[in-house]
Amino acid sequence: MKRIYSIEDACIGCHLCEVACITEHSLSKDPVKAFLHEAERPISRCTVEEWDDGVVSISTNCRHCDEPDCLRACISGAIRKNAQGVVRIDTEQCVGCWSCVMACPYGAVQRNLKRKKANKCDLCPDRQTPACVEACPNRALVYREGSQK
Amino acid sequence: MNYVIVGNSVAAVGAIRAIRTLDQQGTITVISRERHNAYGRPLISYLLGGVITEKRMAYLPEGFYEEQRINLLLNSEVVAVDSAGKKVRLAAGECVPYDKLLLATGGDPFVPPIEGMADKDRIFTFTTWDDAAKLKGIAADINRAVVIGGGLIGLKAAEGLNLIDKCVTVVELADRVLSSAFDRPAGKIVARKMKANGIDVITEDTVVRIEGEGGVISGVTLKSGDFIPCDTVIVAIGVRPAASFLKGSGVEVNRGIVVDNSMRTSVEDVYAAGDVAEAADFFSGDKNPMPIWPDAYIQGDIAGTAMAGGSKEYEGGLAMNSIEFFKVSTISMGVTNPRDPSEYEIHTYQDIQNYQYRKIVLQANRLVGAVLVGNVDRAGIFSGLIREKIDMTPYKESLMLPDFGFINLSRDIRNRLFAPQGKAADSGRAERAAGH
Repeated sequence: MKRIYSIEDACIGCHLCEVACITEHSLSKDPVKAFLHEAERPISRCTVEEWDDGVVSISTNCRHCDEPDCLRACISGAIRKNAQGVVRIDTEQCVGCWSCVMACPYGAVQRNLKRKKANKCDLCPDRQTPACVEACPNRALVYREGSQK
Repeated sequence: MNYVIVGNSVAAVGAIRAIRTLDQQGTITVISRERHNAYGRPLISYLLGGVITEKRMAYLPEGFYEEQRINLLLNSEVVAVDSAGKKVRLAAGECVPYDKLLLATGGDPFVPPIEGMADKDRIFTFTTWDDAAKLKGIAADINRAVVIGGGLIGLKAAEGLNLIDKCVTVVELADRVLSSAFDRPAGKIVARKMKANGIDVITEDTVVRIEGEGGVISGVTLKSGDFIPCDTVIVAIGVRPAASFLKGSGVEVNRGIVVDNSMRTSVEDVYAAGDVAEAADFFSGDKNPMPIWPDAYIQGDIAGTAMAGGSKEYEGGLAMNSIEFFKVSTISMGVTNPRDPSEYEIHTYQDIQNYQYRKIVLQANRLVGAVLVGNVDRAGIFSGLIREKIDMTPYKESLMLPDFGFINLSRDIRNRLFAPQGKAADSGRAERAAGH
């Protein structure tokens, strides 16, 4: 399946992947509205980590694992892997127990404390290429066929 | 191939999925003593507390059993296994033959004899949907409840009752709550939160007598002599592997059903997984029952794979729990409270006022355990480091950082996890700059 990979050397630490992710998962899909005007700002599914004042940075994201630890840990059955291999959370079903947060070795499930729901990459179901990948100004994120690790 | 699975919770589901990955044709029969399709067992406290509706108890998408072509026998208890004749006998008398059998019956609540309990109506355990439903059914009639046992189940039952405005007292024999999954400071934070929400927590004491007339409970007397008035008692002392039906089957049962790293029992073509099994521990390799939800799924997956002719090796059970008490998040994993601390290197941070705590346990420079209270974000990174047995020598300083992440680890680890294949050996910045 196609996955998002991260090229550390190309990452400039601009966080545009996070902005794009938040925008894509907002109601308006407009960055200014998403950040300033909507009642609730989504939480980015990708996480840019920085070190040494940003000299080193990398955008980390969900691997859509072959045998997802998040799915195995989920107590409500809210996490499922579809026929294409995409691992998604049914937020209606999620009870916010954070078992997936405990289990994911990639640190790729976020806590939405306001809604008490887990939050994770859905590979942007409405798009051909995930928003984070498209937004990266230095192609540090690539979306291509590949294995989990 | 004719597969029979006894039990219908997470281990059974892991097994069904694994079998169907390898074998689309075989027949699969699932036998459960409960009357429900697979449900999120840990959600029963949410159900009791009115946090979720019954509809959300369903663990599986609608149509799962039909799509996987499962012959589902609910309300059916297996009372014996005839391993020579390769069949299981149901309470109703009929026998179900198998080629491959999985025992995934889970645990039974342990109820010790307590004086005065014999004829009382309102003594409950709290491990099934029906337990929660029964309590919910009489909720209007409950005024005060006593929960015996301050472990995960007891505290979640107490929280559920508190959420529907019942007075609850928890009585725990140890000197703190959650003594098996947590260390002292973490237990203290949870106890403090429970008390702040109106739950009475009594430690170092136990119920010696249940008082009352006829079927009606008037209260409990503690070992200390204290009397606590109540009308309902919940026994949440612990859970034991539900393996008593195996008497005479030849299947080796120690505390649980003893299994190897493919979840095979001592008897050919009989497998066990989940809370009923006694499998190897991740660290020591010693066999222990480990009632851990994700572990039950993994064991089910391994058993199902082996039953369908594949092979997967069990890496050993790693205890982990993620539980919220009144919106305070807690996650614990691995070795959290070593008996002999001198063999371990332990780092802690605590801010009990704000319900924050972090503890990291290392042994021979490997991460072996963690406790997080409050900020539990990205806790799974720790579970990955434990499983991969990464040498933490260069990274110890950063382990206590609140935003600890992959950036604190080596470039090599990040590449292995996140880089496109073939890029792992990508050279440094200078060369990249030259290429632009």
